[in-house]
Amino acid sequence: MATKTKTGIGTWVGFVLILVWCLLPVAWIVSLSFKSLEETTAGSPQFLPKDFTTGNYGEILDNGDFTRALINSFSISLIATVLSVILATLAAYAIARLEFKGKRLVLSMALAIAMFPVVSLVGPLFDMWRTFGLFNTWPGLIIPYMTFTLPLAIWTLSAFFREIPWEMEQAAQVDGATSWQAFRKVIVPLAAPGVFTAAILTFFFAWNEFVLAISLTSTTSSRTVPAQMSFFVGPDPFNPPYAQLATASVIVTIPVIIIVLLFQRKIVAGLTSGAVKG
Amino acid sequence: MAAIDMKNIVKKYGDGFPAVNDVSIDVQDGEFMILVGPSGCGKSTLLRMIVGLEDITTGDMMIGDKRVNDLAPRDRNLAMVFQNYALYPHLTVYENIAFPLRLAGAPESEIDQKVREASKTLELDEHLERKPGNLSGGQRQRVAMGRAIVRDADAFLFDEPLSNLDAKLRGQMRTEISRLQKRLGITTVYVTHDQTEAMTLGDRVAVMKRGVLQQLASPRELYENPGNLFVAGFIGSPPMNFLPAEVDGTSVKLPFGTVTISEEKAKRAQGKGLLIAGIRPEHFEDASVKDSPTAGSTFSARVDVVEWLGNEAYAYIPFEAPPEVQAQLTQLEKDLDGESMRTQLVISLDGASRIAEGDEAEIWVDARKIHLFDPSTGENLTVDEARAGRIHGREDPSGMAKAEAMADEGEEIHSADEA
Repeated sequence: MATKTKTGIGTWVGFVLILVWCLLPVAWIVSLSFKSLEETTAGSPQFLPKDFTTGNYGEILDNGDFTRALINSFSISLIATVLSVILATLAAYAIARLEFKGKRLVLSMALAIAMFPVVSLVGPLFDMWRTFGLFNTWPGLIIPYMTFTLPLAIWTLSAFFREIPWEMEQAAQVDGATSWQAFRKVIVPLAAPGVFTAAILTFFFAWNEFVLAISLTSTTSSRTVPAQMSFFVGPDPFNPPYAQLATASVIVTIPVIIIVLLFQRKIVAGLTSGAVKG
Repeated sequence: MAAIDMKNIVKKYGDGFPAVNDVSIDVQDGEFMILVGPSGCGKSTLLRMIVGLEDITTGDMMIGDKRVNDLAPRDRNLAMVFQNYALYPHLTVYENIAFPLRLAGAPESEIDQKVREASKTLELDEHLERKPGNLSGGQRQRVAMGRAIVRDADAFLFDEPLSNLDAKLRGQMRTEISRLQKRLGITTVYVTHDQTEAMTLGDRVAVMKRGVLQQLASPRELYENPGNLFVAGFIGSPPMNFLPAEVDGTSVKLPFGTVTISEEKAKRAQGKGLLIAGIRPEHFEDASVKDSPTAGSTFSARVDVVEWLGNEAYAYIPFEAPPEVQAQLTQLEKDLDGESMRTQLVISLDGASRIAEGDEAEIWVDARKIHLFDPSTGENLTVDEARAGRIHGREDPSGMAKAEAMADEGEEIHSADEA
């Protein structure tokens, strides 16, 4: 009994420590975003804002550059995610179901690409994109984002597809489905947790990405939020507008939290239970 | 509804392994046909070729008057129940059953009416809104059947549908399937390795071994007139006893004594040297229980083990077999997926019998029911051909020999893989 309580206490202490460790910076940013500009530039030691203000939010949403960057971020991340997931689903299905020469090669190449450092590609991409006229455009960011997220998406999805019994598809075909119908009505819904996982991973990568975003753009016509935030300097170069930066950070974090909350139920695996005798 | 006619079907896999060798089976319109055999005999492959999930190497698959070899599964209009049911876990029971209708683009009212009808037949009404994951094994089985009967398919195909259920449920579902098939009168092909299912369900049963059709006959014909040693050993539980026998005139010398058989049977077995005699356990009886031992002989033997089941008892009597017979019996056991421990006689006794373990018992045997097999070919010499359905080896000995040779090749491919 005593050991049990001890373990219980230990667990909770560890739990609280980790929570504080992880959430304190977030809380700090949230608290900063409600402080006035004067308060942050004066250097305020206290954690909670002295006079609570929501002025920062109004100000930043009035900032045309920021809203423009938000639209860019959303569009680029969404397009990259949708395209990447569609391609990955088809590729992963082929890898899981078909026997073809070079299957292992495709998979190991994909893994190799995923391990490639993003930074090393910035120079070549910059030159290439300028030649192709892709520099400072949406596709100029969408294409490299897809390149870096596809491998992981393919690996995740092919693992999911492999778990789905062959019989499901065969049953659908006997029931009168074409291969495409069997895929769309039976296989994809069953792989939904995998599809959502892949989609979320891709979206977050594109949403948070900074190096490519700052190197391959030059104006607000295609700059994303993480890159745009580095241009928030304010009038005094020695006193960055911390309150505004914190507000922007909070705003870009909100969609991430919403998406995780929305889809976490979908990510719960084990949807296939009950398909077969189990 | 339609007849299914398989003509000289051959299936060779990519590695050259012949899974099905020259099988011809005609399934009549409305007939319940069973494909049975030990594991790896090609019965499931054959079923999958009917439905179109496996390509046919050579031969013709006819459904109705149409050759369907090159048709996709969805164009064959057959319904199949898979061994693991293959229900769609993301759909409710209702949607699972409605799935084929929706694919066919049926109007909503028709779908609803047909699904409700099927669910009523299968007593699934209260489960319609549940997901397959929340159902018991028997309920899932019924949903899988619902998905099959909701369409107006030309035939039903079952691939070992009961093998995942426990023994009690299996018995219930068996009767249920039989009742359903009789009521709908639909052509059915049913694959099983369980000879009880084969005997109880089938109008006719096709016994297969290593991809070769052995015999195609009604359950009664199979039981009473097995075409060869394999069929004789496969059909019946406990299995038929095989004893070394020597025929001299009308008397047959068995390890326990000599019995007399009919002249007609004796004539066919004359001059063949050492034979294998097949006698079913129930054709023996405790001589003291038997009121009037009519045609038959008695002998005495030491009973090794007795298993008393209430209504009957099984007595085991070990015996020594000469090596030439022993080799054949070991091979037979292998073909039947069994392991021969020792040569012994299994006798089914009346429940009233008082024979105990270790007793020297007086046993009566019904000599009219003895079958005599040629040990080299396994052929049944005393078969009543008029009542044995189709015996492949007799109808077409050269074709059978060729098919067997192909199966031998296949065995070599597999043993080479293992080495």
